[in-house]
Amino acid sequence: MTQARVRRSDVVGGVGESVVRPDGQSKVRGEFEFLGDMSIDGQLWMATRRAETPRARILSIDTTRALEIAGVHLVLTIEDVLGHRYQGQIVTDQPVFAEGEIRHWGEAIAVAIADDEETARLASEAILVQLEPLQPLTDVGEALESGEIYRSIAVRHGDESRHGDVVVEGAYEIASQDQAPLGTEAGLAVPDGQGGIDLWGPTQWTHVDHRQLVACLDLADDDVRVHIGGVGGAFGAREDLSVQTHLCMAALRTGRPVKVVYDRNQSFASHVKRHAARMRYRHEADMDGNLIRVDAEILLDGGAYCMTTDAVVANAAYFAAGPYRAETTVIDAHALRTNLLPAGAMRGFGANQVMFAAEAQMDRLAAVLEMDPMELRLRNVLRQGDRMATTNQEITDSLPSEEVIRSLLAMPLTSDDDSEDPRRLPGGAGLTTDRDHVVRGVGYAMGFKNLAFSEAFDDFAEAEVALATDGAVVRTAAIEVGQGMVTVLQQIARSALGLSSVDVEFVDTSRIGSAGSTSASRQTQMTGGAVLQASRQLRERLLDQYGGDDLTDEGVWSGGELVAPFEVLISAEAPSEHARFRHRETDTPSSTGQGDVHVDFAIAAQRAVVDVDIELGLVRVVQIDTAQDVGKALNPIQVIGQIEGGIAQGLGHAVMEELLYKDGVLMNANFTDYLVPTILDMPKVEATLIEEPSSWGPFGAKGFAEVPTIAATPAVMAAIRNATGLELRRAPVRPDDIALPER
Amino acid sequence: MIVNVTVNGEQRSVDLAGHESLLWALRERLGLRAAKDACEQGECGSCSVVVDGDLVCSCLVLAADAEGSVIETVEGLDQADGLHPIQQAFLDHGAAQCGYCTPGLVMAATHMLETDQAHSPDDVKEALAGNLCRCTGYGSVLRAVQSLMTGGQE
Repeated sequence: MTQARVRRSDVVGGVGESVVRPDGQSKVRGEFEFLGDMSIDGQLWMATRRAETPRARILSIDTTRALEIAGVHLVLTIEDVLGHRYQGQIVTDQPVFAEGEIRHWGEAIAVAIADDEETARLASEAILVQLEPLQPLTDVGEALESGEIYRSIAVRHGDESRHGDVVVEGAYEIASQDQAPLGTEAGLAVPDGQGGIDLWGPTQWTHVDHRQLVACLDLADDDVRVHIGGVGGAFGAREDLSVQTHLCMAALRTGRPVKVVYDRNQSFASHVKRHAARMRYRHEADMDGNLIRVDAEILLDGGAYCMTTDAVVANAAYFAAGPYRAETTVIDAHALRTNLLPAGAMRGFGANQVMFAAEAQMDRLAAVLEMDPMELRLRNVLRQGDRMATTNQEITDSLPSEEVIRSLLAMPLTSDDDSEDPRRLPGGAGLTTDRDHVVRGVGYAMGFKNLAFSEAFDDFAEAEVALATDGAVVRTAAIEVGQGMVTVLQQIARSALGLSSVDVEFVDTSRIGSAGSTSASRQTQMTGGAVLQASRQLRERLLDQYGGDDLTDEGVWSGGELVAPFEVLISAEAPSEHARFRHRETDTPSSTGQGDVHVDFAIAAQRAVVDVDIELGLVRVVQIDTAQDVGKALNPIQVIGQIEGGIAQGLGHAVMEELLYKDGVLMNANFTDYLVPTILDMPKVEATLIEEPSSWGPFGAKGFAEVPTIAATPAVMAAIRNATGLELRRAPVRPDDIALPER
Repeated sequence: MIVNVTVNGEQRSVDLAGHESLLWALRERLGLRAAKDACEQGECGSCSVVVDGDLVCSCLVLAADAEGSVIETVEGLDQADGLHPIQQAFLDHGAAQCGYCTPGLVMAATHMLETDQAHSPDDVKEALAGNLCRCTGYGSVLRAVQSLMTGGQE
């Protein structure tokens, strides 16, 4: 066995190396095929007609004029849905098209199908929709009062009569955020001529799309095949359906392939958002800085349809106290129905909003106690063996919380190299800032979240590993959206098999079982776990079959002799192994939110340094340092890429990103008015990776890529507060909040 | 109408409608699908190409106005012995994640290097500020570009 281990470590491109992603060549060449790049002979184009008002009764939809346009084949509305009329990943309450009433701005009313894109768009605009306006519900407080509640969670933990010596109270608000993946929604549906359909669409989980499509199309499971195409980023935006059902309906009705590519405005209208939140917090501690009690009321704006909101509000409730011990927690979290765009999944999934508020509370508590804010966190942070302050769940797996804090504090504070370049002032290349008005601030925050699915969900991933002509092939339905899972699966298979050449093949829903969603930081551990299991099975099987003690690119070895050359191994049928990987079971929470509801956690600490122009209210983030729990960095360059990219989205939510509504109408559904960070907005990021192995992830790896986003928003906010001395209870900070604060 | 252009060194005549953008013409008329449409407002740079030596957002250029132009797209960067150095640097530094913004960023970075616009990290940032990337946070992009500059390391 010693010999086997030595040989296996010789494999090039195994775990722990910064292997270049296998789709990288085609991406830098511009050859990688995204959904919108797909084309097929005889295809028709689809265009979507959307609501321009947030709420109205639909009196009539007249398609006559649209159908009279030359080149128009079909118009579809809710009346054309043959099966179930609703979709949604968890709660299926979103009508395939507006049904009876418009419930949010941008809701799909109809689609037009035509020979070319322009004709389809003209036809969609020619559909006559008669509406009777209704008063939209746009305020979560009003929604709570009127009982428009998707799900309420009341966490009651500890002795409710218990109180601390010092108290800080605060009300916080954080705006809704868009995932803004660069690839817009696009797709292609191709009828098979026998009543079935093949679909390529923007997805994070083809099997859950398949389940919804079969129901809405009223087809048998075998008639619908959902394929994996090139998705240009996701971040939660593809967890629910956008174009898929419409495309399939159109292709089945016309008997022709149908294609769609959304523009940015349509993209904003067609996917779920991060929940806006309004929160009231009360933290109590003893004089030594031990957190005694956390009370919170959390209102999440779920928008017009529920979909995944029920799971998001659970996360908000369970992570409401942050990564800290407390004897007592009293948390009331409500997800509410309004007439804004449906909210759903986005990187962090409910933990971001509460961590923004809870971390601000910790800083205020430290100020009242005259303690260093990180000392206060070190005193209270959850360690392995502690129990969650909310659910009372014991942290049984690795959680290097103390280490992330101490490692962060050991990192040198940036001097920003004292460049005199005026572009390094707030306002950047705009050159608007007077150096005399610039104040520097430093702030800290933690990020903390569950990994994989929770609350008793049967969470599994399937994978197949087979020998192929010159190595092995991994087959999976897990979705690569850009995060680099494709590289990591390859590396896991190489290390586990002992073979250098491994391809990853993304297969459709008819070829393999579900891999679960590319979300919840779960694929490295879940599909990675399945690939590891299948690889080990395959290796063991080959060693058994040929009486060997090692497998290499040359074949099976025994006692240093090659007993079965590789070509022999694949001479008959290529051997293949299948695995279904499950993480340990989790509990359904009790009526007071108690139980082992999560399988595992990841944690990070971040420090933000900002320069603020206090006269103009402009912020430049100078540097972000982070220490991040990763279990084991399977691919260090990709890990750094996820940390930097995650921080960019959290930074955006602190200083620029918000969906702006006026009377329920989304005002900034484009990249001119919805700002995402550019390269000028991004600071240097220094990351320390804390590698304390997970007990169940492949080679000790952990999911982690949501945590950087969760920590960055409160860290940047804390730094701006530190620079300005302002309370800044709302994110993102607007220039007015700094330059013209309400005194 | 017929528009005559030189694309990646090749003379092409394109039959198109007068209101079509250069991006549409490249993608749908010429089958050059590397340039991407992500905002159709000139905000994101995913459609960046070089026209007569200038880096432009091809979504904002009327195809008809490109008559007689010399156009370079990422499809023309490949060299006989493999990737262009900037493509190799993007690959090695992990600067392509989802890859949607990559063709535009590669063109912007190439143009920046070829026109010698950038001598410091701040110059690089200013030159690439017109290209949005939602995946990388730009760290790997900056490292990739700086690896090809003398004295460009921070």
